[in-house]
Amino acid sequence: MADEKKDVSRRDFLKTAGVATGALVGGGVIGGLIGYNAKDGGNATKEGERSGGRADQSAGSPSGRMFFTNDHDFNILSEATERIFPEDDLGPGAIGLGVPYFIDHQLAGAYGNNEKEYMQGPFYAPQATQGYQSRLRRKDIFLQGIHKMEQEAQNRFETSFAELDGDQMDEIITAFQKDEVEMEGVSAAFFFRLLRSAVLEGAYSDPMYGGNKGMEGWKMKGFPGHQAAYIDKIDSEDFVEIDPQSLGGHH
Amino acid sequence: MATTLDKVDVVTVGAGWTGGIIAAEAAKAGLKVVSIERGRERGTEDFLRVHDEYRYAIRYELMQDLSKETITFRNKRDQRALPMRTMGSFLLGEGLGGAGTHWNGQTWRFLPYDFEIKTLSDKKYGADKLGPEYQLQDWGITYDELEPYYDTFEKTAGLSGDDTNPFAGKRSNPFPTPPMKKTPILQKFENATKDLGYTAFMIPSANLSEAYTNPDGQTINACMYCGFCERFGCEYGAKTSPEITVIPTARETGNFEVRFHSNVVEVLHEGGKATGVRYVNWMSGEEFIQPAETVVLTSYVMNNAKLLMVSDIGEMYDPKTGRGTLGRNYCYQILPGATGFFDEQFNTFMGAGSLGMAIDDFNGDNFDHSDLDFLHGSLLTMTQTGVRPIATNPVPPDTPSWGAEFKKASIENYTRVLSVGSEGASLPHRDNYLTLDPTYKDAYGVPLLQLTYNFTDQDRALHKFITEKAVEIMEEMGAKQTIGSNPITDYDIVPYQTTHNTGGTVMGADPATSVVNNYLQHWDMDNLFVVGAGNFAHNGGYNPTGTVGALAYRAAEGIIKYSKEGGSLV
Ligand SMILES: Cc1cc2nc3c(=O)[nH]c(=O)nc-3n(C[C@H](O)[C@H](O)[C@H](O)COP(=O)(O)OP(=O)(O)OC[C@H]3O[C@@H](n4cnc5c(N)ncnc54)[C@H](O)[C@@H]3O)c2cc1C
Ligand code: SF4
Repeated sequence: MADEKKDVSRRDFLKTAGVATGALVGGGVIGGLIGYNAKDGGNATKEGERSGGRADQSAGSPSGRMFFTNDHDFNILSEATERIFPEDDLGPGAIGLGVPYFIDHQLAGAYGNNEKEYMQGPFYAPQATQGYQSRLRRKDIFLQGIHKMEQEAQNRFETSFAELDGDQMDEIITAFQKDEVEMEGVSAAFFFRLLRSAVLEGAYSDPMYGGNKGMEGWKMKGFPGHQAAYIDKIDSEDFVEIDPQSLGGHH
Repeated sequence: MATTLDKVDVVTVGAGWTGGIIAAEAAKAGLKVVSIERGRERGTEDFLRVHDEYRYAIRYELMQDLSKETITFRNKRDQRALPMRTMGSFLLGEGLGGAGTHWNGQTWRFLPYDFEIKTLSDKKYGADKLGPEYQLQDWGITYDELEPYYDTFEKTAGLSGDDTNPFAGKRSNPFPTPPMKKTPILQKFENATKDLGYTAFMIPSANLSEAYTNPDGQTINACMYCGFCERFGCEYGAKTSPEITVIPTARETGNFEVRFHSNVVEVLHEGGKATGVRYVNWMSGEEFIQPAETVVLTSYVMNNAKLLMVSDIGEMYDPKTGRGTLGRNYCYQILPGATGFFDEQFNTFMGAGSLGMAIDDFNGDNFDHSDLDFLHGSLLTMTQTGVRPIATNPVPPDTPSWGAEFKKASIENYTRVLSVGSEGASLPHRDNYLTLDPTYKDAYGVPLLQLTYNFTDQDRALHKFITEKAVEIMEEMGAKQTIGSNPITDYDIVPYQTTHNTGGTVMGADPATSVVNNYLQHWDMDNLFVVGAGNFAHNGGYNPTGTVGALAYRAAEGIIKYSKEGGSLV
């Protein structure tokens, strides 16, 4: 990808993206991802093979994909989420928490399809105080946003987003945050806000949704998750540390 | 073709707090009541696995399905109103219990000043202190007249509280149950406000301090301080809600039925009398007419106004001329406050929806406004409602909103931040109103309600004043860094603020400036009642539902009286 022509059109890029994916997954990013999700580490090819029918202990784990069809888009999403919520000495980042899978699952369902939102036209550019006014559903906004991030990466650095240095990724994410990138039917700043919110949602929602893996998000934050009652603790003068509990582990 | 059903005595549109209260009282009095509710049946058994922030608090599981119906919004008349496509600023209810299922339960009486705000303010500060564009008006009822109905609602709810607020109106009875726990966080607030010369007291709570059986025989359990309260249903049956109080009371009479999945689209009327409602069952797609002796709109502020508008009942308010009453005096609230960063950690993830303390020293006309450029005020509070991790990521100013620094700071401060909050009163302004949208329609082909609303100079002045008080308290509480709210500019419908919408169908003594009389009976139609916070002539410095509940009991009395005597009740 690094030697891809700079002026390649978006359509051309997407055409080649599928091919390029194979090369991409060899990179550190996806390696890290898979290393986290499959006990034996390995590369994307192995992951792909296994996903046909899983007999290993990860069967039924939330790290399958329901929305993203190709690894390339998913890797870009993964890298962007990790920049927003990176691994540090406190604990895992978005990738380690399974946030990309959380987002994938959400985009495949009611959230991605704006099931509870008013989606009738006509659509007009809003005042900032009027909120979401796109004809696009969230799944379309995410896919387009990810493609635009890749396009920015190619334009600015002639490299795929997922292969960039952290600082370079941050530069691009910041450009979205500041609404400096053109998107169709939605603003880049709106996509950024959606993405940022989705990352926090994935990091801190109940692990049954596929993020907050091992309740590590809650553990970092000191949030005990689902507890039946605090009536015997709320009078405490001291901060109370409580082992978190997931609804998924509560039958 | 709509199917016409058998006539009933009373039909209510919606089965939330207002619908439930009307249904319970009317059914107890022997009237046949049907509530038409667009949402579904639900109750405590549905909340056993409710501690799920993402589903309930972030994705609004229990709230209105906007794909079917929403409102449109603009700040000013010269803008194009656009639909509220996602929920944000306020969270509309749907299903049995309405928003009363997922409310906090902070349950207040408005101040005696509120009900006579025009008379008292003019008397003390001269006529029209704020200028003629602020359409202040008395409510057509006094605190003393409403007191018995407050008392009834509080007994139904089993409210937990202490009676130590020096500014509160007179009470005929003490609170039914003792106050909630005064936790270390609340004590900190109490001490700080005391040092500053103010008087803190426990917020009247509909999360109950102990199990209680209300006069209708319904039991409400003791709150477990589970920290998943507002936006959630209560798995203990400890948060007073319509579906554990007034709805079962109504059902036990045998005179009551809720018809679910049924969206009312029109109030039918003929010769100055309401004849019933037309509704669509959205599951079958069938249309029905439910004839009734008395029609009661209990569908919240928005749809109470909308149903009158689409049914062509009453005169629409015109902001250009100031004529007309329907849609007039829409108000909201402002939320000045202060956030304090501490070194020590607090158990902020524990809590209950209405666990908190408040001071009323700067509410209503409890302080002198002679040298101030605003009227009214706000309560100031310290609540402990349970902060949850998706929504709560506090960082000091100048911290980036994402990335490594954000992650560290938001995790560090998650349990090290306390906030002084408020609910600043909102006074009616000529340019803030409700009407019908000319463009957008709901799933039934009915126009959406259109909201034109912006903050006013009064709001900005009050916001600044209350922010200063909040900062003062937070500093006294010993925060190492205190951040006051940013000054407000334009009202923004995106971030959550409060579900305290009011006005549009206001009550009063004069049909020229109100839609209903003080029994909430429509001035133009004796057998039509309109009940809810839409009746508020302005919004006070508290949560609304205590007053909504009191007004609903008042209306219920009127409905029963009307069923015997007919005619205007005033
Ligand atoms: C998160 C949250 C926290 C809150 N906390 C507090 C608090 O602490 N203190 C307080 O005082 N207040 C609080 N409130 C506000 C409180 O919930 C409302 O004031 C109260 O529930 C209003 O009761 P209501 O009967 O007027 O309307 P609702 O409870 O909204 O009930 C209206 C019902 O009518 C139905 N309906 C509407 N239109 C139609 C139609 N066309 N056809 C059929 N059915 C229809 C709806 O589905 C709904 O069930 C809170 C609200 C929210 C959302
Ligand atoms: S905080 Fe109390 S009232 Fe609220 S949901 Fe939990 S147990 Fe119920």
